[in-house]
Amino acid sequence: MIVAEAKPIEEILAMIDRYDKIILAGCKECAAVCAAGGEKEVGVLASTITLARKRDGRAIEIREVTLERQCDPEYVEGIRGFAGDYQAILSIACGVGVQYMAEHYKNIPALPGLNTFFMGGSLEQGVWSERCQGCGTCILHLTGGICPVTRCAKSLFNGPCGGSSDGKCEVNKEIECGWQLIIDRLKALGEFEARYTELFPIKDWSTSRDGGQRTIVREDLKQ
Amino acid sequence: MRLDYPPNVKIVRVPCTGKVDLLHILKAFEAGVDGVYVAGCLEGECHFLSGNLRAKKRVGHVQGILAALGINPARLQMYNLSAAMGGRFVEIAQEMTERVRALGPSPIRTGKGKEFVEEEQEEEGK
Repeated sequence: MIVAEAKPIEEILAMIDRYDKIILAGCKECAAVCAAGGEKEVGVLASTITLARKRDGRAIEIREVTLERQCDPEYVEGIRGFAGDYQAILSIACGVGVQYMAEHYKNIPALPGLNTFFMGGSLEQGVWSERCQGCGTCILHLTGGICPVTRCAKSLFNGPCGGSSDGKCEVNKEIECGWQLIIDRLKALGEFEARYTELFPIKDWSTSRDGGQRTIVREDLKQ
Repeated sequence: MRLDYPPNVKIVRVPCTGKVDLLHILKAFEAGVDGVYVAGCLEGECHFLSGNLRAKKRVGHVQGILAALGINPARLQMYNLSAAMGGRFVEIAQEMTERVRALGPSPIRTGKGKEFVEEEQEEEGK
C-alpha cells in the first residue's frame, strides 16, 4: 500500500484558514489501511477542525466524504453533484488523490491533509515500513526477495558499502543494512555462491523516476 | 453507601473503556463540555485484557490533539478504579470537577481562542 501520515493540525488549519465551507475527502484504499485517511480519520479530522474553529468563534461547514478510491476518475467524479457548493477540497488520500481532485475540480483548490511517504506494508498494528520504490525494473529474484533499491540507503546493487556495521546502516543505527539482509538470505537459500559472486551490471534508471513521469498503457484494456 | 457526587458529571456508559473512541471524546468537546474523564477498570484487571490500556492510549492521543489546538489537555483525564470503589468514584468526580472549574469554561464554548501553549508545558516538564 501507499503509506501516508497526517500533517500537523496547525499546518492544515493554516491551509484552510480562508475557507468556511469545505469538503473533507478520505479514501477507502491505502490511506484507510494505513490509518491516515479512511472514514475514521475523516471523522476525527473534521471534529478537530470544528473544535479549532469553535475555539476561535468561527464557524466552518465540513462535508465529510470517503471515496472508494481517489485515484480513479469514476470515484473522484462521485462528488461532482455538490463539489461546486464548496470553497475547497481537503483530501486525506495520498498525493495521487489530491492531484486527482485538482485535475477533476479545476475551480476548487485541492489541499493535502497528509504527507505521503512510501510504498510499504505493516509490521504490526500501527507500524508501517517501506518496501518498494517503484524503480520499474524488479530484480527481487536475484537478491533473495529483499530490495536493494529500498533497503539500502544508497540503493547499491553491489553492496554492502563500508558503512555497514554489525548488520546496521551508517545512516541510522536503527536501520538494518539491506545488503546484510540480502547476503544472509542468499546464504539461507543456498544461493550465495551463485548470486553474490556475480556483479550486477549498471542499472538503467530510466525506468525509475529519472526518466520523468511514467505512464503504463495496456492496449488490450484501453478504450 | 449513598454517596453524592457532583451533579455536573454526566455519565456515558460503555461496555468497556476499550469501546471509547477518539470521536466519542472529541464530539463531547465539540458539544461544549468543559472536561471529560474516562473511568476504566484498574490496570491489569480488564475483563477483556487490554480495553483500559487501549483507552489510556486513546485518551493520550486526544490530549495531544487538544494541546495542539491550544486547549488545555488537563480537561481530559483517564482514571482507573474498580466497580467496588464507590468512595474513589466520588473523589474522582469531585477532583475532576474542581480541576475543570479552575480552568474555567472551555474555549470551544466561549470562542475566546487558545488557552494553552504547548511549549510552556514542555518547559515545565524539563
